[in-house]
Amino acid sequence: MLEIHDLHVSVGGAEILKGLSLNVAAGEVHAVMGPNGSGKSTLSYVLAGRPGYDVTAGTVRYKGRDLLAMAPEERAAAGVFLAFQYPVELPGVSGATFLRTALNAVRKARGEKDLDAMQFLKAVRERLRSLSMTEETLKRALNVGFSGGEKKRNEMLQMALLEPDLAVLDETDSGLDIDALKLVADGVNALRAPGRAMLVITHYQRLLSHIVPDRVHVLARGRIQRSGGKELALELEARGYAEFGHAA
Amino acid sequence: MALDAGTVAAVDALAERYKYGFVTDIEQETAPKGLNEDIIRFISAKKAEPEWLLAWRLKAYRHWLEMRDPKWARVKHPPIDFQDAYYYAAPKTKEGPKSLDEVDPELLRTYEKLGIPLHEHEILAGVAVDAVFDSVSVATTFKKKLEEVGVIFCAISEAVQKHPELVRRYLGTVVPYSDNFYATLNSAVFTDGSFVYLPKGVRCPMELSTYFRINAAKTGQFERTLIIADAGAHVSYLEGCTAPMRDENQLHAAVVELVALDDAEIKYSTVQNWYPGDAEGRGGIYNFVTKRGACRGRHSKISWTQVETGSAITWKYPSCILQGEGSSGAFYSIAIVNNRQQADTGTKMLHIGRNTRSTIVSKGISAGRGQNTYRGLVRMQGGAENARNHTRCDSLLIGGACGAHTVPYIESKNPTARVEHEATTARIGEDQLFYCRQRGLDEEQAVSLIVNGFCKEVLQELPMEFAVEAQKLVALSLEGSVG
Repeated sequence: MLEIHDLHVSVGGAEILKGLSLNVAAGEVHAVMGPNGSGKSTLSYVLAGRPGYDVTAGTVRYKGRDLLAMAPEERAAAGVFLAFQYPVELPGVSGATFLRTALNAVRKARGEKDLDAMQFLKAVRERLRSLSMTEETLKRALNVGFSGGEKKRNEMLQMALLEPDLAVLDETDSGLDIDALKLVADGVNALRAPGRAMLVITHYQRLLSHIVPDRVHVLARGRIQRSGGKELALELEARGYAEFGHAA
Repeated sequence: MALDAGTVAAVDALAERYKYGFVTDIEQETAPKGLNEDIIRFISAKKAEPEWLLAWRLKAYRHWLEMRDPKWARVKHPPIDFQDAYYYAAPKTKEGPKSLDEVDPELLRTYEKLGIPLHEHEILAGVAVDAVFDSVSVATTFKKKLEEVGVIFCAISEAVQKHPELVRRYLGTVVPYSDNFYATLNSAVFTDGSFVYLPKGVRCPMELSTYFRINAAKTGQFERTLIIADAGAHVSYLEGCTAPMRDENQLHAAVVELVALDDAEIKYSTVQNWYPGDAEGRGGIYNFVTKRGACRGRHSKISWTQVETGSAITWKYPSCILQGEGSSGAFYSIAIVNNRQQADTGTKMLHIGRNTRSTIVSKGISAGRGQNTYRGLVRMQGGAENARNHTRCDSLLIGGACGAHTVPYIESKNPTARVEHEATTARIGEDQLFYCRQRGLDEEQAVSLIVNGFCKEVLQELPMEFAVEAQKLVALSLEGSVG
């Protein structure tokens, strides 16, 4: 599904990723763990195509296509979803308007028909229920005045509705209390599917108690330093990132 | 408005009566270029106006000759040669496109994007003159329905004939003939416009609109509109200027006067999309308009809602004179400039009576090399006990070459009056754009969504059918502003 090979990325002239390689197969959940400043968010942004992240070397293939040659909206249409660490506020744009616009944009790119208001409402209601969210969320301006937990749940709602093939979750656990964390994790687990790959980026092990990964990778100093099974997360929790040249 | 044989004869007749004469040119179907007293007499004669109205026009014209065009607005344009314009002109049916095939394809694409059905394309492009007349008869159909409840809704020239006492009592009482350079010019040469009168206690059963009429007035750029709501009457009036204009820097100098008596309410909405000129700033309309409402009665209300997306230059300050005790005024505005457009727009709220209220919400969006100025006056007169004003003025910038300017004027002569002014300026965030694109929206969809969100408070003030059109226009006028 996703093949990253020897990826070098600079931001504002400083090299952040220095030869990162990573493969994620369909149906798998991989965790990328690492200390602050190791390049975790850079990895998520470069996969989503954020402007300002210069790829100086390396390749990224997604479903066999050159991901780096695609515009951000093309990647979205092709099934790449990024759950943002800091979801952005859109004043005056209701959740319903945003979700429907996004869903129909993606459907259009896939050659599917627009959902009308009733079909959309039906689709979104099911997802709201499973995330213990109310329809009030749809009326409010997107992310404006939302608590940290509300913002993250809203990201999960979008993910559930857009049904991506590759979901990248950037520090989805940050700023969540344990109840919110569990709700978000349940939402993610519900989306685990044979055709869907997930990349869960996190600093802490605690999210991985709820979303159990197939593989765990340690990202430090711009490269994957070590890879292993789910037990690697527990080991990192106990010993920290010190051996990878970073304080935890 | 196409000149028929009768018109030609009338011009010939006038040419004999007034020795300066008119060159009757059927090909062009216009009175000669330029402005003088004979042109004014011709316009007045064409409309069979009473002597007092001609005298009023001439008084305005003579006053105008002594005036200079205003220089205080933050707009730049070469001097206007007022002798190089037509003051009475009708569509050139011979030169106009004969069928849709002959219409500029870009024009057709624009209509498609606006969601206007094909047969309306023909009307808007001035292809089928009959169809334009058909659209006038739509208004006539309404007129019968309106007459049943006593509402008068007709062309102002018709009102001069049928209701001269009403026109004479109110014309020029809100915007006097000597008011300002462009309003004075309009007083001298106005050729078209609407007249509305609502008798006591009548709530108008439908929205009144000038949407189609604007096409008939293709070359009549000096409209005059007069709306009077008698005690307890209510009306919502819509004005749409969505037909693009292809002419070089044409002057559009309209005057709108509103009068609200005791407990009356007038809601006036405008969606203005005159041709804005091309990306290099060539062509486009100079939209120099005077709009003012007088809340004469106790607890009367006037609100202005405007969506200004077109014109090369917009110079426009829909205002309220809050005279009646407890009267209230509102101004909700969206002004968008892209490419080389310039807008200097805002309002004046003149608080005269006790307990008067006013609300101003202005949303300015600047893109390309556009320059957008909010200019607003709030004046609390000595007698405006406990008067209140609240002003919100938000600017949104797209790109680095445009400008947003806010020029509030606040004058208070009453210590019990309260004036509040809030202003913000923001850019469309790169993070907002990226967030939307990550969810599958392309850049233009993203900008449209963000800008419509920014304008929401004002869009909500528009009648439903206009709000949808206005949202599309907002997106359309910002096309090509990013990327």
